[in-house]
Amino acid sequence: MSFKVIKTLLTTQYAYMLEYRIEIALWALSGVLPFIMFSLWSQNDVGNSFGLNDIGLARYFLSAFLVRQFSVVWVVFSFEEDSLSGRLSPYLLQPLHPLFRYVASHLAEQATRLPFAIAIAITFFILNPSSFWLPSLPQLFLAYLSTHLAFTIAFLLQSLVAALCFWTEKSSALERLIFVPYLFLSGLLVPLSAFPSNVLKVAMITPFPYLINFPAKVLSGMPVDIFNGFLAQILWISILVPSVNILWKLGLKRYTAMGA
Amino acid sequence: MQRYFKTIRLFWSTAFASQLEYQLNFLIELLAMLGTLLGSVFILSLFFTGGRQLGDWTWESALVIQGVYTFLDGLTNALLRPNLTEIVNYVREGTLDYVLLKPIDSQFWLSVKKFSFAGLPEIILGLSIVFWAAIQSGTTFSIYSLFVFIISLLIGFIILYSVWFLIAASSIWFVKTWNATEVLRALLAAGRYPISAYPVILRFIFTLVLPVAFLTTFPAEAILGELKFNILFFGLILSSLFFIFSRLFWKFALKHYTSASS
Repeated sequence: MSFKVIKTLLTTQYAYMLEYRIEIALWALSGVLPFIMFSLWSQNDVGNSFGLNDIGLARYFLSAFLVRQFSVVWVVFSFEEDSLSGRLSPYLLQPLHPLFRYVASHLAEQATRLPFAIAIAITFFILNPSSFWLPSLPQLFLAYLSTHLAFTIAFLLQSLVAALCFWTEKSSALERLIFVPYLFLSGLLVPLSAFPSNVLKVAMITPFPYLINFPAKVLSGMPVDIFNGFLAQILWISILVPSVNILWKLGLKRYTAMGA
Repeated sequence: MQRYFKTIRLFWSTAFASQLEYQLNFLIELLAMLGTLLGSVFILSLFFTGGRQLGDWTWESALVIQGVYTFLDGLTNALLRPNLTEIVNYVREGTLDYVLLKPIDSQFWLSVKKFSFAGLPEIILGLSIVFWAAIQSGTTFSIYSLFVFIISLLIGFIILYSVWFLIAASSIWFVKTWNATEVLRALLAAGRYPISAYPVILRFIFTLVLPVAFLTTFPAEAILGELKFNILFFGLILSSLFFIFSRLFWKFALKHYTSASS
């Protein structure tokens, strides 16, 4: 894929996303769950029991919010719509894997979201001035990297479900089965260090902790095993890429161009 | 009035027939619901480690709140979501015209047209948790407490419905309201925990601005026999206001409806 193709995809998708600024602002706002959870954990003084004071909790949940903002994925919903309405057929004829189109629109949407996410972060600091911190440059770089890897894992996981569109009409319903464990095991509601050790062991063999918990810890400056975290992220990506590829190829053979 | 009941019966029996086609969907919803419940109870249990309490609620009484939340979530999935998220499509495709021409109240038609049976297990399970957890926390039921419980659930549901409907009705102006319902869902998730567990400012917001407290905390207090009468009274007024406002807002929105493609 040439540089020109990448540039064209990203700029057109960005222009397209700019049309939906209000929707994207609302969507950014719908990620308030970590803040609700933060108010609960700090109000009830539970943080100490998992080794975090109020400031640590505040930083963790703000980081979790930010990581979520830039790793949120909706490819299965777009894909299902395109596949049911027959829009997928022309995409398949182009000499470009259709998934790249969705990658580009996700990245463009993240860029559109950036100002809103910053505004929400500033509001959070105004409400909790004591929690203010600026991560160092290497820390910021590592957090950026791990968030992107988290996005890649989430995107691949959902693409796996999206590929099932070739078999069933309602694969977006199956997405719920990924979303539920994601919600509870990713660290969006509570840092994973609060889990009892047996639950933690189970959680760590799933990809979910690497979607929020790990990048959020890096960003908030909590002690974290950086090497193993990145290793696990890369491992999951290297498992998921061939899986998506195989499922996609199998599915394509069954594609009947619905609605076209 | 009888005409309305007959309409509901017809609507829901056709909904049932058409959903039999998607049995797999039903199974997925069931699995997702059980997973969600398991996860929420697990997160809730983390608050109680080391013999703590959550905003002066014991573990069993906090489970009652989870039950009420599950019940209302079931109603949302069965009734509110399938119907109210469709309004935007009627507006976009111009088919709202046909609804408005029908000799029946349009708000009624739009609110009960569909019924998703996948929400039914959640409704039943929610109520079972409420009663089981209430018994576990040593509550004895009386006719009076059951009556107050039903009234407070009704209050909660009317408020929930009105807020959903307000957002859905605003699709007359804004075509994409899906994201606004996502914001609402995220905020309503606060109802999984007792209102007294929140910081003061959020308690105020969740009681008067977006009355999450009336959805879960107060019905749970009702079944536990702890609800104060003046809160029930206030809830009746508040829910009536919300409902009246949703109707007025719909009438107002229709005045601005210009119909698509015409």
